[in-house]
Amino acid sequence: MTGTPPNSFQNLILTLHQYWSEQGCVILQPHDLEVGAGTLHPATVLRALGPKAWNAAYVQPSRRPGDGRYGENPNRLQHYYQYQVLLKPNPPNMQDLYLGSLEAIGLDPRQHDIRFVEDDWENPTVGAWGLGWEVWCDGMEVSQYTYMQQVGGLDVYPVAGELTYGLERLAMYVFGVDSVYDLPFNDPSAPGGGLTYGDVFLENERQMSAYNFEIADVETLKRQFADMELQVPLILAGKGPQGQALVLPAYDHVLKASHLFNVMNARGAIAVAERASYIGRIRDLCKLCASAWLEQQERAA
Amino acid sequence: MPQLLLELFSEEIPARMQAQAARDLERMMRDGLSAAGLISEGMKAYAGPRRLALVVEGLPLAQADRDEELKGPRVGSPDQAVEGFLRKTGLSREQLVERDGLWFGRIHSAGRPTPEIIAELVEQTVRGFPWPKSMTWGHGRLRWVRPLSRILCVFDRQVVPVSFEGLVAADLSQGHRFMGSGLAFRARDFDEYREALAGHFVVLDVEERKQRIVEGARTLCFARNLELVEDEGLLDEVAGLAEWPTPVLGDMDPQFLDLPPEVIRTSMRTHQKYFAVRDPATGKLAPHFITVANIAAADGGRLIAAGNAKVLSSRLSDARFFWAEDRKAGFEPWLEKLSGVTFHARLGTMAQRVERIAVLARKIAPLVGADPDMAEMAARLAKADLSSQMVGEFPELQGVMGRYYALADGKDPAVAEAIRDHYRPQGPGDAVPASPLSATVALADKLDTLTGFFAIDEKPTGSKDPYALRRAALGVIRIVVDGQRRLSLTPVLQAAGDQAESLLPFFADRLKVALRDQGKRFDLVDAVFALKDDDLVRIVARVDALDTFLKTWDGANLLAGYRRAVNILKAEEKKGPLPTGTPAFVSEPIEEAALFAALQTLSPQLDAALAAEDFTGAMSALAGLRAPVDAFFTAVLVNSPVASERENRLMLLRQVRDGMGRVADFALVTG
Repeated sequence: MTGTPPNSFQNLILTLHQYWSEQGCVILQPHDLEVGAGTLHPATVLRALGPKAWNAAYVQPSRRPGDGRYGENPNRLQHYYQYQVLLKPNPPNMQDLYLGSLEAIGLDPRQHDIRFVEDDWENPTVGAWGLGWEVWCDGMEVSQYTYMQQVGGLDVYPVAGELTYGLERLAMYVFGVDSVYDLPFNDPSAPGGGLTYGDVFLENERQMSAYNFEIADVETLKRQFADMELQVPLILAGKGPQGQALVLPAYDHVLKASHLFNVMNARGAIAVAERASYIGRIRDLCKLCASAWLEQQERAA
Repeated sequence: MPQLLLELFSEEIPARMQAQAARDLERMMRDGLSAAGLISEGMKAYAGPRRLALVVEGLPLAQADRDEELKGPRVGSPDQAVEGFLRKTGLSREQLVERDGLWFGRIHSAGRPTPEIIAELVEQTVRGFPWPKSMTWGHGRLRWVRPLSRILCVFDRQVVPVSFEGLVAADLSQGHRFMGSGLAFRARDFDEYREALAGHFVVLDVEERKQRIVEGARTLCFARNLELVEDEGLLDEVAGLAEWPTPVLGDMDPQFLDLPPEVIRTSMRTHQKYFAVRDPATGKLAPHFITVANIAAADGGRLIAAGNAKVLSSRLSDARFFWAEDRKAGFEPWLEKLSGVTFHARLGTMAQRVERIAVLARKIAPLVGADPDMAEMAARLAKADLSSQMVGEFPELQGVMGRYYALADGKDPAVAEAIRDHYRPQGPGDAVPASPLSATVALADKLDTLTGFFAIDEKPTGSKDPYALRRAALGVIRIVVDGQRRLSLTPVLQAAGDQAESLLPFFADRLKVALRDQGKRFDLVDAVFALKDDDLVRIVARVDALDTFLKTWDGANLLAGYRRAVNILKAEEKKGPLPTGTPAFVSEPIEEAALFAALQTLSPQLDAALAAEDFTGAMSALAGLRAPVDAFFTAVLVNSPVASERENRLMLLRQVRDGMGRVADFALVTG
């Protein structure tokens, strides 16, 4: 694909969609639940498991309640976008494909210093790990590149290659902007003038930060967490029309529990000693779903 | 002689693993080749971001043929036995030879061609390679550090038939990821290979990459009248991150220079892998940095420098935010937070640990000449900065930030210094804490660690020392010995808890290792340790004096005399109990009288020297024994038939042994 490099945040996303679409990926929409990272979308966590090939790309709004700064820090947000690509099995030329995507958004590796720097990725809440790199462009981390080895404590075979781009950070770099809120969201020459990222999201950051840090009711969150936790095995025990375990709704409940935990954590309601235990509980739930999913996939194959 | 060239080409290998990987490749190939009887004239391994390479010079074309003689059954054995032997050896009955009543078979095995052996060995090496972490990829089952995509393997200019897991060796390699043609190239020997790599913008040898970085960086600095802040560890790392390392000088916003220099350097180093630069006139950090890019860009690195500068600015903005917030926060809330931080599941929280260290510091203070109140206060504050935002971001700034924050908070500068220095010494090159106050907190910190982990039975074993207890013990030793701090170790260990008994021998071992590393003889350390002293300064002084003494003519000869005395005493002891009591003066033989006299003078001399801890003096006193002991053994028969003579002489020898034993246990001197 050739084209002019993107001139706005949304164009950057469209360029990546176009690029990965041309590489044969299904272009998905975000999962419609609050999640902390693009990895948690069932299109990655569940689809990474099992024997079937799966190539997908999507944007996932990611919520990190603890990272909110009331809209006052130019680099930190409690809600931001990750661009996620999962290629299973990873093709032999995956690094080249990835570098092609950087070129598509205007980062020429003959002008910019692109480096693959060791970074072994791990997500303890979903029992997942892999080896790979953070990819640096002129000293800035622009992506996480991982060969996923395990999810939910289960081996990923064939291995899936995962790419995660932090879209705001990448865009700030591409557009030479110091504050995320100054990013051009759409074409600056659009009729009526373009909007900035701040026009779209600043108010969201203010309100959500206040909620996450001050208003969220800890007792309610705790109760809801316990509810979700209880639901997961019950849902998994239910059967679908073809007699299958109901992994997808069960996994949605794991995601809800995970987000509730993140809000409680931001609220300062979780003691250090409790943290590990909460993470362990979420991981156990996730493992239940992963095992059930893998079993289904293997039976289907 | 034929040459082997091997290259394993993969995606980016973690920088920290490259040097060891080169060593492992060389070792595994050498062992494999020599196990097959293939001895090379030399080999060298290389590692870089995307490749491990090995060149082996002077290998034979094939293994040597081998002739073996196998012993068979006795002549006249039943047929089955002979048949069995023939089956085993593949020989016929006519080929057997009879000797000493036995059948022998001669087997001739032709040596295998070297490429066959290399092919097996390469596969075996790849499959068994000891990467610290490895992975699989795609549909494969092979494990490597990152996907392995290409093998170049040529022997004597021919491709070696290596083939496994879908990898087939060829005579092809490729160069830089972004520079040059990007096409594969052919190489049939090492010279071609190295040259082609250079033409494709890859510097194969890590030492050359380092040189390129240092020289390039110095040149950039020189042109701007700056000075590179050299950093070996960082150099090793960046040399593993670029195939065509190209230093680029970037600018830092000078307003950040008001941050502590340690913060700037750490941010540059750990986050960005930049070298710092300084102004040669003032020695202070200059508002620039050197990054090492992997490409020589057409614009001379202008875009790269600008991009890196921007990233550094946002990093330093974060650091400045932490610096400002931390100075507002103050110590009290930090200390409270420590009660929520687990130090170790079985050793309680950080807050509990701080409490223990404070109590211990109070007890140690008077022994080291520090004020107990100050020591307790410094110990209480020593770990507070672990809760600060800056240390959360840069753990390696622990202590350093504590000092800055303590000073900002108006704490006593000596306390601030103790907060920073209590982690010292952090390595063999690091100084020990200078002031008595800092030394006190440093000792308390390390002794609490040692006592705690010994109490829960987490002692180091073999190469495993996850809690760095050996380093902690060595730290204690260095603080005491380098600082000439006179104290008895046992009561200090007892103050730290109930592990003194198992810690003392641990310290003895560490001291031995430390002294051996300084070139002191192991046996001398043993000889001094046998005296059961626990004043480390005194032990080291004794070892030093003993070492010097034994190198003198008197010392060496006296040691011989000592051994002779001890041997005689042992032999006589077997016959019956040795006489007790003190020898009497006899005028004849004159040599016996002389030894008696020498021992009479030795005793008060030793008393005086040992009381004054003048071990050199004690050694000279012993030296006075050398001539009389030699003369005694030459002229006097200890085992005299006259019982009273024998007894007196044995008592003299006993005095020689025991007198010398006050200075060291010479029986343990083996060298």
